[in-house]
Amino acid sequence: MNDTVISAKNLSLTFETNDGPVHALKDINLDIAKGEFVSFIGPSGCGKTTFLRCMADLETPTGGEITVNGVTPREARSSRAYGYVFQAAGLYPWRTIGGNIRLPLEIMGYSKEDQAKRVQQVLELVELDGFDRKFPWQLSGGMQQRASIARALAFDADILLMDEPFGALDEIVRDHLNEQLLALWARTEKTIGFVTHSIPEAVYLSTKIVVMSPRPGRIADVIGSPLPKERPLDIRDSPEFIEIAHRVRDGLREGHADG
Amino acid sequence: MIWIVFVLVFWIAAWWVNIILTAQKPNRLNAFAVPALFGITLLLLWEGIVRGFGISPVLLPPPSAIAVTFSQNLPILWEDFFQTFVKGALSGYIIGCGAAFLVAVAVDRSPFLQRGLLPVGNFVAALPIIGLAPIMVMWFGFDWQSKAAVVVAMVFFPVLVNTVQGLQASDAMQRDLMRTYAASYPQALMKLRLPAAMPFIFNGLKIATTLALIGAIVAEFFGSPIKGMGFRISTEVGRLALDMVWAEIAVAAIAGSAFYGLVALLEKGVTFWHPSQRG
Repeated sequence: MNDTVISAKNLSLTFETNDGPVHALKDINLDIAKGEFVSFIGPSGCGKTTFLRCMADLETPTGGEITVNGVTPREARSSRAYGYVFQAAGLYPWRTIGGNIRLPLEIMGYSKEDQAKRVQQVLELVELDGFDRKFPWQLSGGMQQRASIARALAFDADILLMDEPFGALDEIVRDHLNEQLLALWARTEKTIGFVTHSIPEAVYLSTKIVVMSPRPGRIADVIGSPLPKERPLDIRDSPEFIEIAHRVRDGLREGHADG
Repeated sequence: MIWIVFVLVFWIAAWWVNIILTAQKPNRLNAFAVPALFGITLLLLWEGIVRGFGISPVLLPPPSAIAVTFSQNLPILWEDFFQTFVKGALSGYIIGCGAAFLVAVAVDRSPFLQRGLLPVGNFVAALPIIGLAPIMVMWFGFDWQSKAAVVVAMVFFPVLVNTVQGLQASDAMQRDLMRTYAASYPQALMKLRLPAAMPFIFNGLKIATTLALIGAIVAEFFGSPIKGMGFRISTEVGRLALDMVWAEIAVAAIAGSAFYGLVALLEKGVTFWHPSQRG
């Protein structure tokens, strides 16, 4: 089996607006291998979310090629190849936490026993066991976001796409969720695409950091991380960590200078 | 004179009690007592003024006389209620709201209907449909069927417009989520769009309760069998038996409030998750 999970070749996307065309993505080339944790970082308008949405077939590219699991994003979506976590939790308020996590399972036709088993499993994974009968609006923002991650993990997708999932949360909750996400990634061996605008978050989480720059949205730098897979939170004070963070910051600055 | 003094004293006393009650922390007792006391005061004021000033019962009968007429004519009032409310209003309500709901789902699916039918719907919803009542009586006869037809026409467009609006109420992220699951149209409809539409749908259903009762009563003014609330009101006015007219109005008020309350209760159960219903 091919090791490349997501592959983009000369990928471009142009939005036609009333003020003329906007080049959200231009000539993006990137390969993501199985089991990688890839972060996309860049200022707003650099196309990082758009790129993620192209992988998920939520946007249609206007040029170039992109494959997910060797097929088009549309086919990958139809075969339920990925779980997607949005910027906000987006839980359905009329369903309980358990009901929200069960939603994709119901749609994909899992059996009742299997549904119950999987809901219990992922609730434990995100440390929300015991909350399955609560409604989303009875939970804190951090817990809601964890529930939305559980929802994306409930079905067997090898790819997890996350669009600034912790953007709206405070620093402490964010650190905690970052730790949990790493542990989860180690346990499930999924391929993760992660959009963020936080340099420490990107460096802490990723095996590969994709620095993007705006107008037109393109890749400025791709940085492979030498950090070990096992990462305690205080790794962020190590010289290696700081060096990668520097390189990311330089990449971001360059993108701005000629942007 | 004694009557007027009595009601004025009662009015001031009740006012004073209500000020004390509303100053307290809200609880079950005063949540019920305050409006009850207010209503009783209003009735007594009515009674006292009619008696004190000797107002002719043709102009305004006192509540006590209306209550006596009400209790003496229960079989007639029941028969009228059954004819107008159950047969006319309720069947029209169910048919009209059901049809509006189905059409709304069809409109939602078809951009052509959405652009063609909705502007017409908004226009028709603004028309005083009650003007159609004589025509409906010509088409469907004197009995309840023509009343139900008027009710159908009255409730259809408000429910349609609200439901279509509700089906568009889910936000982009919630719809994207369904897309990432590769959910089919019926799945997305049942699991996202309809639940999200419920607050809007119930808004339409609540408006329709009042419209249904108005439609069924007024339609009887244009021809009906010799029973029904609208029939009774128009004939008893002719005989100057205003106490009977008021008794029918009381029935309509009770039935209308109960109907609205029932739909509101149902709404509370279905849309418990909506910010307006929580707490």
